[in-house]
Amino acid sequence: MTAETLATGVGQRARHRFGSVDPSLLVLAATSILLVLLIGLPVGWLAYYALTDRAGAATFGNFITLATDPAFTEPLATTLILCVSVAVAAATVASPIAWLIARTDLPARRTIRALMTASFVTPPFLGAIAWEILAAPNSGILNQLWRGLTSSPDPLLDIYSLPGLIFVIACYTTPYVFVLVANALDRIPADLEDAAGILGASRWRTTITVTIPLVVPAILAGALIAFLQAMTLFGSPAILALPAGFHTVTTKIYSFFHFPPKPQLAAAAALPLLVITIMLLVAQARVLGRRGYTVIGGKSGDPRRLALGRFRTPALILVLCVLSLPLMLPYAALLKASVSSFPGAPFTAEHLTWRHINFVFVEFSQTKKAFWNTLVLAVGTATLGTMLALVISYLTARRAVPGSRFLEFLATAPVAIPGIVLGVGLFLAYTRPPLALYGTLWILLLAFLTIELPVAFQQLRSSFHAVHPELEEASRILGAGRLKTLARITAPLLKSGVVAAWCFIFIGVVRELSAAIMLFTANTKVLSVVIYDLNESGDLGAIAVLGTVMLLITFAVVGFANWISGVGSGVRLRGG
Amino acid sequence: MRMRSLISPIVALLALVGIAHAQPAPISITPDLIAAAKKEGRVAWYTSVDVKVAEQLAKAFETKYPGIKVQVERSGAERIFQRIGQEYSSRIYTVDVVDSSDAAHFVYYKREDMLQPVVPEDVAKHFAPAYKDPDGMHAAWRINLSVIAYNTQQVKPEDAPKSFADLLDPKWSGKIVKAHPSYSGTILTSTFQISRDLGWQYFEKLAQQRIMQVQSAVDPPNKVAAGERAVMADGNEYNAALLRSQKAPIEIVYPAEGAPLVIGPAGVMKRAPNQNAAKLFYTWLFTVEGQQMLLDVALLRSAHPGVKEPPGRKPLSEIKVMKDDAAEVDKQAEEIKARYTRLFKT
Repeated sequence: MTAETLATGVGQRARHRFGSVDPSLLVLAATSILLVLLIGLPVGWLAYYALTDRAGAATFGNFITLATDPAFTEPLATTLILCVSVAVAAATVASPIAWLIARTDLPARRTIRALMTASFVTPPFLGAIAWEILAAPNSGILNQLWRGLTSSPDPLLDIYSLPGLIFVIACYTTPYVFVLVANALDRIPADLEDAAGILGASRWRTTITVTIPLVVPAILAGALIAFLQAMTLFGSPAILALPAGFHTVTTKIYSFFHFPPKPQLAAAAALPLLVITIMLLVAQARVLGRRGYTVIGGKSGDPRRLALGRFRTPALILVLCVLSLPLMLPYAALLKASVSSFPGAPFTAEHLTWRHINFVFVEFSQTKKAFWNTLVLAVGTATLGTMLALVISYLTARRAVPGSRFLEFLATAPVAIPGIVLGVGLFLAYTRPPLALYGTLWILLLAFLTIELPVAFQQLRSSFHAVHPELEEASRILGAGRLKTLARITAPLLKSGVVAAWCFIFIGVVRELSAAIMLFTANTKVLSVVIYDLNESGDLGAIAVLGTVMLLITFAVVGFANWISGVGSGVRLRGG
Repeated sequence: MRMRSLISPIVALLALVGIAHAQPAPISITPDLIAAAKKEGRVAWYTSVDVKVAEQLAKAFETKYPGIKVQVERSGAERIFQRIGQEYSSRIYTVDVVDSSDAAHFVYYKREDMLQPVVPEDVAKHFAPAYKDPDGMHAAWRINLSVIAYNTQQVKPEDAPKSFADLLDPKWSGKIVKAHPSYSGTILTSTFQISRDLGWQYFEKLAQQRIMQVQSAVDPPNKVAAGERAVMADGNEYNAALLRSQKAPIEIVYPAEGAPLVIGPAGVMKRAPNQNAAKLFYTWLFTVEGQQMLLDVALLRSAHPGVKEPPGRKPLSEIKVMKDDAAEVDKQAEEIKARYTRLFKT
């Protein structure tokens, strides 16, 4: 008996034995194993390295070394200050804007929502570089204008500082808070506000006593995401903090890989980030669990819009000013830098140049490969990730199989793993046989899949809750199996959710730097890494060209995905 | 027992033959080599020279030998060194030809038996012994200096610093930019030479000057030319010279104590996946044509006596330089980086 016939025999027997047991059990088993491997392997290796010395003997020495070294404890303290400041700033700025968009008659609300989404597409490291061009203390465009206007010798802004870093990170985390709060405001049923009105409360009073308290959980959730983003970002601190002479935890972890590499210390340094993240997520679950605002989600009349009256125009101007910080100003700076002989050059004919564009498209041998790798990875991860998230959210939303709660946990768990930590873990896990994936695109695919899974899962799970199971039941009564039903009935009904999840992953992969920087090799460079490399030698013109093209491609792909699926502008950001 | 006693004379004999052939026969660019290289079609070059310079050299090579693509992998010398280590320990052999602005890397590569002997004809014939490895494993591809420079719109020539000691004047506080020895081989080398000649006290005082810390030695000239900082404490002479030739407001100062001398060797990896293309590219890099490009395109300096100096440039022989010592950098690199990080916090 050959191995093949044996396998067939076993397969047949299995089919006989389980008879009509549907194959979703197998799907569940396969998905679980995949997820456990995906997350367990890198985290396991991290833990192992953190707890061993160079010779492989068990030790707490790595933690002791870090805890007693100011070169690590100072960055840790800086990181905590950074995270709290960013969370507070993002929540303070985003919540009123979300309220203005969702609950008042502010003009151009749809456009502003779309622009907020656009700032989500902007990679934070690109935003940081653009802000270097704008607000480097001496050569920055804004500081030059300021000096010209006031003839003051001191700069208006110094982006190379902790406040500068907080500002730039807050710029690109504000959209997360905005989207969560705006969506929550959308979903607050009008009845509650009506009730307050009937009881004699004024519109303003209703807003303050009813509406705002109802979105507090969303604000908290948004602040938490901002906190975690600030803690896990690598590019922005590497670009803005190092010139100022300080580290954050992520840049410190990266520096542990400088020759001679100290993976043990890197692994040990990664664990505090992991612990903080898990603690925060648990705390959030506790807080929200106790308050239980389940009213959100009911279906009733349109939300009441507050008339702003004479504040309409000032409010619009204020919102546009805020939007110019992550969007208009940086984009303008990038466009200018891409055709200027140097970023801060006066905008005159003699300083206009094709040099950077020529360099990027003609001379620079990395361009083609980096774009190709990025596209392949983004499309591949988005497609695989959406499929995986679809299966998991189906199994969990329909409680199709026992153990689905465990799956739910696994699919959300990567939220607790910062990109650079995952990068270190994957590097440790996949640089050895049997899975020596380092040096291939596969290891990057695994990293991106793990990082992006929670967002896609959250998106699709909430979509599933909106589709009534009776349509699926009808299909199954007519004889279709579970998977066929999923493909034929459920998926089409979920189209907008699926497209949104796909776009999220696509955007997420394009802007990912912190894991990629740990995992790339010469043949597997992605755009974010190339841009980061160029920044280290200060080639801002080339970065401006590459960054602009990268943004255009992202917008084009996202637009195309929406167009072919006929979803139109219906894709809306969901929190995750 | 008997076997052993027989083997050892044979080994000794082989070793003797080996020594006799230690300096391998010089290779020249023959039609056979070109044909074999074209069959491979590509060569991966890991370099720390400014990416714009590297790409121009690559293009010139590709034009001369159509059908052979040069993959330029540019990063800081210390980064490249780290990446090759990382790739090799995972058995990823991508790199064909490597160069470094940190000559100590070639002490390491040679000790770890990662290089193969290749002696381009030009190196054999024209290069002084100080610029080539006696075993033919590497040769000085480029010569660079780390210099001081200032922005001519912000600083008058008479006020400009003339020496490293001048940079410690409080008037430069907050106005200095410098690169990082954990990223740049040029800066690691210069940090070694300055700490040897002036002592670490110099860096201890410099660290009090609120410097702007960038990574690559390419970058300080950019920052000075753009007016972001008035003065650079270290950085590539050639980038400053290139910017000056493009009419950027930057002027070079050769420090009175001597400018750190950075000899950048290149070599062919033993496990190069494209053996012939690697040899062809490497040999071409050392031809008069390849070396002259270093001067014309990059304003770098060359150890090839056959090249023509660009007009109006101060020749190396007239500049006071510090002494290079790759073997000592190899010994001290880790210590230098650690000490630097303690002083400058990043």
